[in-house]
Amino acid sequence: MDLSLSTETMGDRTIVRVGGEIDVYTAPKLREQLVELVNDGSFHLVVDMEGVDFLDSTGLGVLVGGLKRVRAHEGSLRLVCNQERILKIFRITGLTKVFPIHTSVEEAVAATD
Amino acid sequence: MATVELRFSALPEHVRTARLVAAAVARRAGVDEAVLDEVRLAVGEACTRAVGLHQIGGISAPVKVLLIEEEKQFSIEVGDEAPHAVSGERAPGAGPGDADGEADEDEMGLAVISGLVDDVEVSAGEHGGLIKMTWPTTPPPTILV
Repeated sequence: MDLSLSTETMGDRTIVRVGGEIDVYTAPKLREQLVELVNDGSFHLVVDMEGVDFLDSTGLGVLVGGLKRVRAHEGSLRLVCNQERILKIFRITGLTKVFPIHTSVEEAVAATD
Repeated sequence: MATVELRFSALPEHVRTARLVAAAVARRAGVDEAVLDEVRLAVGEACTRAVGLHQIGGISAPVKVLLIEEEKQFSIEVGDEAPHAVSGERAPGAGPGDADGEADEDEMGLAVISGLVDDVEVSAGEHGGLIKMTWPTTPPPTILV
């Protein structure tokens, strides 16, 4: 399964819905999408990972890169994920302390720093 | 004895194939279903790292994956042919705080493998590196459900 990406705007937040597999082959597409959004002035991103079947360290690297980009503009990058096997990768790498992880898009959109 | 040997050109699109083959062979060898996700992720990380090392080093040789079924255990060896400066050094778990460039993704890959797999050996020499990961297997059930 390949990677699917779609975006939606909710107020000042941009939702990025990701589906499929994020690995060394597909991660560049996600990176391009995040870079494009930031370049277009979207600095508050919510990445919805509920449709993600697989995530590896390459994908984590892209998300960390996205976080750095939005922070440069005093923005935010929040994740939506309830899948234990995906959350486990964030825990192993200590990234649960770096990313705010929410259980729903609504919760992430309502959250403030 | 190697049950299955896989060689693939060092291209990102082949890493998924390696994951699928490794998970299929691991399942057949009797690795617990609950652990197959970890096998898939770990072998993907190891192959991603090998692909990266070959691409950076301009190495045309394929990445080699051995899927070894033994009594009560299943091992995966992922070998690269990139020369490593320090022999036998085990990479430390990388902290995510300094993730600042391509090199750190390699460290993060090793950190994920170390976090996932209890039995892992990382070795490297001037002729290439090898990551060996081993999981216990359970005998196949006598009654098929």
